[in-house]
Amino acid sequence: MAIDVPENVVVSRLDELASWCRKNSLWPMPFATACCGIELMATGASKHDLARFGAEVMRFSPRQCDLMIVAGRVVMKMLPVLQRIWQQMHEPKWCISMGACASTGGVFDTYCVVQGIDRFIPVDMYVPGCPPRPEQLIQAIIDLQDKIQHEGTLDGAEFDTARRQQTKRALIELPIIGQSPQFTR
Amino acid sequence: MTDTVERLKERFGELEPSEFRGQTRIAVPRDLVFEVLSTLHADFGFDMLVDITCVDYLNFRDATDRFGMVYALAGTESGERLIVRTFLNEPDLHVPSVVPLWEGANWLEREVFDMFGIEFDGHPDLRRILMPEEFTAFPLRKDYPLQGRGERHNFPTITRGSA
Ligand code: SF4
Repeated sequence: MAIDVPENVVVSRLDELASWCRKNSLWPMPFATACCGIELMATGASKHDLARFGAEVMRFSPRQCDLMIVAGRVVMKMLPVLQRIWQQMHEPKWCISMGACASTGGVFDTYCVVQGIDRFIPVDMYVPGCPPRPEQLIQAIIDLQDKIQHEGTLDGAEFDTARRQQTKRALIELPIIGQSPQFTR
Repeated sequence: MTDTVERLKERFGELEPSEFRGQTRIAVPRDLVFEVLSTLHADFGFDMLVDITCVDYLNFRDATDRFGMVYALAGTESGERLIVRTFLNEPDLHVPSVVPLWEGANWLEREVFDMFGIEFDGHPDLRRILMPEEFTAFPLRKDYPLQGRGERHNFPTITRGSA
């Protein structure tokens, strides 16, 4: 039983259609706290032109964004702000941790710098480098688009897997200097 | 020794002046420090406070006192510069605030309070300036570990499910 579809009609799964729309209109929230932020600006500027990938609309209100780009080191005074902004963003939302500092703390292994934002908020992509080149950030966005296209669902079911969290939890529960008994002096 | 130091010595007695790489420094007992600074401000033309900072001399060679307060002064008319130091020891970490003399001392003293825990008597608003309010340690003291005491990890973790 064939259904007669006119020429200009395309059949797709709703999930894929939603993911396709989402991935091509990522609105980044530039959480630029340090020198990586300069590279983030370069990425958005005309030479590298993030607009080619549909992600040039940087918005400074979290309510309008769905991609958080954490560019730079995050200190302990800033972290509650970061978490708050993350919570204010609407689902579906993604997070790119840009640069060595945001991903691991980088060279700033001091009392005030958070050693990797992935301890405290979920991260989808890590971009290595100090600072990463704009091409690297663009690559991360392309990879993220890929991920959204392949994993995305209409109702965001892909965010809800306990299995995905478990691998991250192993990271979070590392022994902490000064708190775990084996580290206290 | 400069003219200023000679005149100061006449007025306040022994002030232990010293010279290091062209900088003139005087060490003042804590009880005299406000008086000396206000004299320098009023009568000697040191109208500019360049910096207030502090040094922790814990385990420093030959050091006898724990903390050294450092006031860097400059006279904009004469171009003269002078470092005034005073030494403090635990548990009495109090020093008079110089905000009445130089308004700009306000945040500098708050920073020293934040980092070293020195209390400035008479400061209008002695709160932490860099670290979060709820922070309890004084991170630039030498007995504070470089990586902290775990404060940077004391935050709730937000997971995909919870936000
Ligand atoms: S990774 Fe390098 S460039 Fe980026 S914030 Fe850290 S120090 Fe700066």
